[in-house]
Amino acid sequence: MEPIHVTIKLFAHFRDGRFKEAEHQFAPGVDCRQIILGLGFRLGEMGIVMVNGQHAPLDYQLNERDTLALFPLVGGG
Amino acid sequence: MDKILRVNMNDLTTTVEEVPTEWAGLGGRALTSTIVAKEVPPTCHALGPNNKLVFAPGLLSGTAASNSGRLSAGAKSPLTGGIKESNVGGTAAQMFARLRINALIIEGMPKGDGWFSLRINKDGVSIQEESGLLGLGNFAVIDALQSLLGKKTGVMAIGPAGEMKLTSANISVKDPSGKIRSHGRGGLGAVMGSKRIKFISIDDEGAPGIQIAEPEKFKAASRIFTKALMDHPVSGQGLPTYGTNVLVNILHEAGGLPTRNFTYGQFDGHEQISGETMHETIVARGGKPRHGCHAGCVIQCSQVYNDKDGQYLTSGFEYETIWGLGANCLIKELDDIAQADNVMDDLGIDSIETAVAFGVAMEAGILPWGDGKEVVRILRDEIGKGTALGRVIGSGAGAVGRTYGVTRVPVVKNQAIPAYDPRSVKGIGITYCTSPMGADHTAGYTIATNILNVGGQVDPLKKDGQIELSRNLQIATAAIDSTGMCIFIAFPALDIPECLPALIDMLNARFGATLTGDDVVGLGKTILKTERAFNLAAGMTNADDRLPEFFNSDPVAPHQAVWDFTNEEIDAFWNF
Repeated sequence: MEPIHVTIKLFAHFRDGRFKEAEHQFAPGVDCRQIILGLGFRLGEMGIVMVNGQHAPLDYQLNERDTLALFPLVGGG
Repeated sequence: MDKILRVNMNDLTTTVEEVPTEWAGLGGRALTSTIVAKEVPPTCHALGPNNKLVFAPGLLSGTAASNSGRLSAGAKSPLTGGIKESNVGGTAAQMFARLRINALIIEGMPKGDGWFSLRINKDGVSIQEESGLLGLGNFAVIDALQSLLGKKTGVMAIGPAGEMKLTSANISVKDPSGKIRSHGRGGLGAVMGSKRIKFISIDDEGAPGIQIAEPEKFKAASRIFTKALMDHPVSGQGLPTYGTNVLVNILHEAGGLPTRNFTYGQFDGHEQISGETMHETIVARGGKPRHGCHAGCVIQCSQVYNDKDGQYLTSGFEYETIWGLGANCLIKELDDIAQADNVMDDLGIDSIETAVAFGVAMEAGILPWGDGKEVVRILRDEIGKGTALGRVIGSGAGAVGRTYGVTRVPVVKNQAIPAYDPRSVKGIGITYCTSPMGADHTAGYTIATNILNVGGQVDPLKKDGQIELSRNLQIATAAIDSTGMCIFIAFPALDIPECLPALIDMLNARFGATLTGDDVVGLGKTILKTERAFNLAAGMTNADDRLPEFFNSDPVAPHQAVWDFTNEEIDAFWNF
């Protein structure tokens, strides 16, 4: 099967030693959890996980050309 | 003795009063709102002789409790026409508390054209005629008073905006670095200007200090409370590193970053003005990424932002200001926004109201979108000098819209909507509608639960649960605003079970009281209802608890969200 293309965006200290934004290829059916662990994060570090600008559960399966945004638990106001 | 200082500007007399029994358990917002509701006729002109300006430190201000140094100011607002409470960091709250001043009440209005200052010390408050510092900006006023009265002197001042009684004028309070924090919202600086008081100085030499009923219990609770603040990732790590401006990228991603005067929910220049970029810039230029707005702050979300030459440009550089001039006015240069922030501090003008007013002015064609240099020029040469254009922009977003016939004017109760689009973050829309303060994100910060996953999760794009969320947060916030605590303690308080009980334990140890969680909730409810009753008596109705109609009719990209609450659903907020 053809791989799917997913844009991954990282924010705040998640960028340290990694990247801001990059396109990755995955096997179809990949979910948020697998991508997060594959990038070397612990699930407990995740504050906000968004797919295409909406909060997504860890078992959300990504589709071709989705954007996955990962934020540590941060806030302001 | 705990006391109330009262200043009557009609006859230039001052008195020291005992705290009445019914005010004895109140501090901060609970006290300022109670005094305003009791003593100010709701239908009076906010800039007339019957309005009163009240200051009160929080219940825990002056103690060793972390983040307890907030000062509350209250009056009838010349911007909203309703009650106003605005709180601030800086050094004044702790000085008030050490002097055992529960509140300062300024009433009346002087005859003639003269200006005055107030001096507060252990003996009470006195009135002096003032001429030398008139017309000067806040930085010069603070520098002059530090030379005259010593580095330790506390200062609360108005800049030229307050002297001109512009409805965006704020009251500036000296911070621990000799710079400025502001009672920003609602035009309280205009109320101080209407009473023709340029500044208030505070000298706490010989102050009796704080008395703690049960010191050991207080220490124990204080340790637990501070640990919760340090342990939570938002207050312990995120805020000190990136400041509040970490939100630019988050709100952009969520489609809730109001852009081009609330036309879009995303801004293509978001990276350039983001907290991440700001952090790198501050570090590269030798500024300070973390800085406390008051002594005892362990969160330190403030910062010192230097220019390209490493010279001080601004501090307390907040997400709302950066969003307002950045995304909302399409300005991509962080240095231009920082320069504007500095000028707004110096003029003494609310950086949220003014930034939103510039967005409406750009929509009206007064200046080009994205022109940061022209924003700085208008601030200095038009608002600063009180030209006709300057006074219109300095009177807020509503005034600009009315003057130039703009219909896209993001205000509630005539106060500018800050930083979060209510169509794509619906909970904050309920707070904007229903807060007695007018549009105010701090009144019930649903962003925590709608966007940041703090205190649970409520989908920002759906209506479900938003009324209850906003109500619970507004009640809790009213109570927190009464303790003198920074609102950011809410992040750990929502997530760490030991945090809120420790706060209540500190209150009990401080006063020898036996408050429970229910009592604190009860206090929050009473404050909100007192404020709402004032607004209704001032002539507001449920129809004032509404967003402007363009939010109903114009979908906001990228989620094409609209504001879809019915009037009945919004009014249900008050069912408690």
